[in-house]
Amino acid sequence: MAGLELLSDQGYRVDGRRARELRKIQARMGVFAQADGSAYIEQGNTKALAVVYGVPRGIGGVRSRALPDRALVNCQYSSATFSTGERKRRPHGDRKSCEMGLQLRQTFEAAILTQLHPRSQIDIYVQVLQADGGTYAACVNAATLAVLDAGIPMRDFVCACSAGFVEGTALADLSHVEEAAGGPQLALALLPASGQIALLEMDARLHEDHLEQVLEAAAQAARDVHTLLDHVVRQHVREASILLGD
Amino acid sequence: MLKSKTFLKKTRAGGVMKIVREHYLRDDIGCGAPGCAACGGAHGGPALEPLPQDPASSLWPRPHYLLPDTNVLLHQIDVLEDPAIRNVIVLQTVLQEVRNRSAPVYKRIRDVTNNQEKHFYTFTNEHHRETYVEQEQGENANDRNDRAIRVAAKWYNEHLKKMSAENQLQVIFITNDRKNKEKAVEEGIPAFTCEEYVKSLTANPELIDRLACLSEEGKEIESGKIIFSEHLPLSKLQQGIKSGIYLQGTFRASRENYLEATVWIHGDTEENKEIILQGLKHLNRAVHEDIVAVELFPKSQWVAPSSVVLQDEGQNEDDVEKEEEREQMLKTAVNEKMLKPTGRVVGIIKRNWRPYCGMLSKSDIKESRRHLFTPADKRIPRIRIETRQASTLEGRRIIVAIDGWPRNSRYPNGHFVKNLGDVGEKETETEVLLLEHDVPHQPFSQAVLSFLPKMPWSITEKDMKNREDLRHLCVCSVDPPGCTDIDDALHCRELKNGNLEVGVHIADVSHFIRPGNALDQESARRGTTVYLCEKRIDMVPELLSSNLCSLRCNVDRLAFSCIWEMNHNAEILKTRFTKSVINSKASLTYAEAQMRIDSATVNDDITISLRGLNKLAKILKKGRIEKGALTLSSPEIRFHMDSETHDPIDLQTKELRETNSMVEEFMLLANISVAKKIHEEFSEHALLRKHPAPPPSNYEILVKAAKSKNLEIKTDTAKSLAQSLDQAESPAFPYLNTLLRILATRCMMQAVYFCSGMDNDFHHYGLASPIYTHFTSPIRRYADIIVHRLLAVAIGADCTYPELTDKHKLADICKNLNFRHKMAQYAQRASVAFHTQLFFKSKGIVSEEAYILFVRKNAIVVLIPKYGLEGTVFFEEKDKPKPHLIYDDEIPSLKIEGIVFHVFDKVKVKIMLDSSNLQHQKIRMALVEPQIPGISIPTDSSNADLNEPEKKKKKLEK
Ligand SMILES: [Zn+2]
Repeated sequence: MAGLELLSDQGYRVDGRRARELRKIQARMGVFAQADGSAYIEQGNTKALAVVYGVPRGIGGVRSRALPDRALVNCQYSSATFSTGERKRRPHGDRKSCEMGLQLRQTFEAAILTQLHPRSQIDIYVQVLQADGGTYAACVNAATLAVLDAGIPMRDFVCACSAGFVEGTALADLSHVEEAAGGPQLALALLPASGQIALLEMDARLHEDHLEQVLEAAAQAARDVHTLLDHVVRQHVREASILLGD
Repeated sequence: MLKSKTFLKKTRAGGVMKIVREHYLRDDIGCGAPGCAACGGAHGGPALEPLPQDPASSLWPRPHYLLPDTNVLLHQIDVLEDPAIRNVIVLQTVLQEVRNRSAPVYKRIRDVTNNQEKHFYTFTNEHHRETYVEQEQGENANDRNDRAIRVAAKWYNEHLKKMSAENQLQVIFITNDRKNKEKAVEEGIPAFTCEEYVKSLTANPELIDRLACLSEEGKEIESGKIIFSEHLPLSKLQQGIKSGIYLQGTFRASRENYLEATVWIHGDTEENKEIILQGLKHLNRAVHEDIVAVELFPKSQWVAPSSVVLQDEGQNEDDVEKEEEREQMLKTAVNEKMLKPTGRVVGIIKRNWRPYCGMLSKSDIKESRRHLFTPADKRIPRIRIETRQASTLEGRRIIVAIDGWPRNSRYPNGHFVKNLGDVGEKETETEVLLLEHDVPHQPFSQAVLSFLPKMPWSITEKDMKNREDLRHLCVCSVDPPGCTDIDDALHCRELKNGNLEVGVHIADVSHFIRPGNALDQESARRGTTVYLCEKRIDMVPELLSSNLCSLRCNVDRLAFSCIWEMNHNAEILKTRFTKSVINSKASLTYAEAQMRIDSATVNDDITISLRGLNKLAKILKKGRIEKGALTLSSPEIRFHMDSETHDPIDLQTKELRETNSMVEEFMLLANISVAKKIHEEFSEHALLRKHPAPPPSNYEILVKAAKSKNLEIKTDTAKSLAQSLDQAESPAFPYLNTLLRILATRCMMQAVYFCSGMDNDFHHYGLASPIYTHFTSPIRRYADIIVHRLLAVAIGADCTYPELTDKHKLADICKNLNFRHKMAQYAQRASVAFHTQLFFKSKGIVSEEAYILFVRKNAIVVLIPKYGLEGTVFFEEKDKPKPHLIYDDEIPSLKIEGIVFHVFDKVKVKIMLDSSNLQHQKIRMALVEPQIPGISIPTDSSNADLNEPEKKKKKLEK
C-alpha cells in the first residue's frame, strides 16, 4: 500500500488545505471566573485551555523561589487522558509534559514584562483537551490570551505556529497526520510586532538550504494567528466594556 | 467550510482507536475548463480544451469531456494513453483509489496528466463544497466512491451548462460497472462502457485492439469448465502467512519447463527457502515475478525438479486433459535425496505484470479474432488477445499487456499495445532487447534538454571559482578507437625534488548536472550508458557525453583531478583532489599510445609522460597482484561492421595491450584514493562499491576441472587463488590457463554499489582492496556523479544538498544502479548474441576448434576461442534414437558410446544458425570431432539436418 500523499499534484493537503493555509481557529477569553485570566482555543481539532494566576500573589515570599528583580514564570502543561485517539493513561508529570512546561516557560519569560513585578510569581496552567497536531502552538496561543485576560503586561502577543516540509514545499500548521508522517517539523513562537523569536524548535533533520523557506512559512502563519487573536481580544474587550457600561 | 470526518480504526496492537480528522471543503477549486467565468479560470498547469473537437464519437457527436471511473483508469490505461484520447477529467477520488491499488498505473496517469497535449485535468472533488459526499449509513466505501464520482459528473454537467448553454458541452461518464452505469443514466448523466465508447470512435479503429478484455465477474463461472482453484482473498492470505499455514514468496517460472516453477520464500528462513511447484493447477495462474502465497505439501507429496524440457505448444483451450498427461511425465521415479519441498499457489499477494514483447501465433481458425501471443521471455505464459489485424501483426514483434486470468481459462487474457516491427530487423530486435531488459531508451524529453548549457559554451569566470587552471600540463587521453565519450585523461611529470607527479583528470559532469533537476533525475533513472554492438544508449544527452564533458584534445574542458606525488617506486607520498580546467594535448588510441612508448626515437613531452605512466603502472600492478588481486578473463568479442549496411562482417576477440592495463591501473588507483577520501569525510553516506568473496562451493567446478588436468587450484583466499591460477600452466596446452581464468570468472559474485552507512563489509575481493568506489566514468555511470558530488563537498569545491546526505535515499539510488547495471549487462549480451547470429547467417556454416567448458548430463558447453563464442552441443535430439550417455558428476565427465568428454577437452564443432523458431533464432553447434557414429557430423559431406541453402554449403567446401 502506498503511503499517504501529503501534498497532491494539485497543491492540496490531506485535509484539503493549501500549503500555507491555517486550520480553522476559534478562541474565547475569560472562560473561568475564578482564575485571574483564562482562555480556550481550538486550532482545527487541537483544543487547549489555559488558566493564569498572577500578580500580586506571592509577594511576601512564601515561596522561596521568588526572584528579587523580576517575577517568576511557572508553567505547567498537562494533557487530558482523552486527548488522543488511543486510550492511554499518562502519569502526571511525565517527561513530555515537563519538557513542554519548560518550553512554555521559556516562551513566556521572553514575552512577559517580568521586571515590573519583582518577587512575584505568575502561574500558567495549560491543558490540552484534544491533540491533533501543533499542541505546542495551541498552548502558546491559548496562554497568550489567558495572560492578556489576566491583565499581565507583555511586550507583545506571543503567537506560535508549526511548519513542516514536504516535497520541496513548506506546509504551515501541521495536523497530526502530517506530523506523524515523520518529516521535519519546526515550531516557532513569534512576537509579531517586533518579529522577534521567542522560541524556535526543530524536529528531525532539515537541510539548511530549506530552513529559510520553512521558517518563513512558520513566521507568516504566526502573523496570521496574530491577526486572528488580535480580533478575539478586541471582541472580548468590546463585550466586557458593554457589560461594564450597563 | 469545515467537515469533520470521524471513523474508527483498529490499531496494530489490536485496540480500537477513534480517529477524528478534519476535512475542509472549498469553493475555490476550478473546473479546469478555460474561460469559465464561475471558476475564474484560475488553475495553473495543463487544463481541458474549451471546445474539444476530437475524437468524433458516433455515440456522442457533440463536444464532450470524458470522466472515467477507477476501474477504467486501472485497466484501460493503454487506451487512455493513446494520443487520440484527450480532454479527460480525472477525479481525486479516482486518482486516490488508483494510487492505492497500482503504483505503476498511478505513475503512468501522472505522466499523462503532465503532458500538456493530452489535456487531462485533475479535479479535487473531495474538497469541493458542492461535490463532496458523505458515506451513508450502510453504504460501503466502494459504493460511496462510486456515488462521489457520479455526483461530480452531474455537477460538471450543470456547471458546464451554466458556463455556456449553446456549446452543449457535456461530460461523459465512462464505466464498465453495469450497475453504476445504470444509476448514472437514471441520474441523467450520459454514460458508456469503455468498450462502447472506444468502438464509437470510428476514425480510430486501431484503438479497439488496445482495449483490455475483462470478463465481468460472475460471467466466468457460467461459461466453460473451471480449471483453477480460487485465489484466496488477501486478508485470508495475510492471516495464513502470519499463522504459518502459508508462505509468502516470489514466483519464478522455469525457462525450460512451462509446467514448473519455484517460489523463493521471503525472509531469513534457512529451511524451505525454495519451493517447487509442478503442474498447471498448482501454479494456479501465477505469472513470473508475482508475489504469491503458497501452501507447502506434506513430505509424502514432494517431488524432484524435473530435467525435462517442455514447451507449451497447445493451441486450444480443451487440451487440459492432455496437460494432465504431460504432468505425469514429470513425475519420474527419483531417489529420495532429490525430493524438494513442494507446494501450490493459494493466492496472489501482488501481481507484477508488465507489458511483454513477443509474437502472435495466429489462430488456425480463419476469421477468428482470438489469437495466442507468445512472449519472448519463456517464463511468461502465452496470452490470449483479441485483434482484427492478426494478418498484419503476423511475423512482427509486438507488445501485449495482461488484463486478467479467469478460473476457466487456460491462458491469461490480454490486449495488444504496440507493433514494434518485423522480426529479424535490426531496429526491431534492438528495440525488443531494450524493452525486455527495461533499458530506458526514449529520446531525452524537452524538460531534460532544457537543463543543458546554452551553446556556444565557453568557460566563464564563475566556472573558475574553486577551480585550478591546469591547462599548461601535458595531459593526454588513451581510449579504444572511435571513442567519443572520453571521460578520463592522464599526465605524469617529474618534479624538482625528483619525485613524480601523476594526475588523473576526469570529466566534471557534476558541474553540468545539478542535483534534483530533470536532467539529473533522468540520468539517475538510466543509471548507466548501455553499449550495444552498434548503438550506444546514453545516460546523459549527447551534447554532454560527446562534446562538453568529453575530454577531447586541444579544447579547454572542465575536469575533476586527482593528483598524486609519487616516488619512483610508485609509492604515494601525497594525494590531493581539485576541480580543474585542462587542455588535453592528444586523444590517443591504445595502439597509438603503445607505439609511442615502444619507438625509441620518439621523445616528445606526451611520449615521455606516457613512458612515466607505463613504468609506474607496471609497479602498481605488481603490487596489487602481490596483495592478491585477481586477473580474470572473459572472452570479449568485437564486430567489424560494414560501414554501409551496418552488418557485422567480421568478429574478433579484443586484443589487450600494455597501455590498456596502464590506464586501468591509474583508474583503479584514483577510485581507491577517492573512496578513502569520501569515506573519511562521510562515514555514513559514502557511495562505495564492494565485491563479496564467493562462497567456497562456487569454486567446485573450477577445482574439479583443474584436477582432471592434474592441476591444483587453491581457493581459500583470493591471493592463493591468484597464485595457483598463475602456476596452472601446461606447456602442451597454452590456452589452458585462459580457460581456467574464464571458469574462475564464472565462480565470482556480482560487485555492487552500496551506502557505507548501511553495510559493514566494504571489501572488494577481485581487486583485493579494502575499499573501492567508482569515480572515473561520470559520463556513463551515475554512481560516479554522486561520488563526484561527495568529493566536491569534501574538498569544499561545491555545495551539498539534502538528499546527498540521506543514507536511505542513497541506498535507494544504489539499488536502482545495481539493477540497471545488471540489465545493461544482459542487454549487451543479448545484443552480442543477435549480432553473432547475423554474422553466422551471412557466413554460412563453419567448423571450428573449441574447448569444453562444462559437461552436462546430456550436453557439453564449448568455447570457440576464435570467436569468443560459447555454445551448447546437445546429444539428445527430438525424433532421434537416444544415444547411450553416462554422466559422472564427480569428475565431471560424460561418456557417449565409448568416448569420454572431460572439461577442457579440445573438440571440433560445426556452427550454424537455427531459424526454426523465428522468435528465438539461435546458434546451434554440432560435434564434428571426435567422431562418434550416429552423433557427430561428418566434416565435409552435406547434412540433411541443416536446412541451409545449397550455395552456402558449396562455399564451405571450397
Ligand atoms: Zn468552472
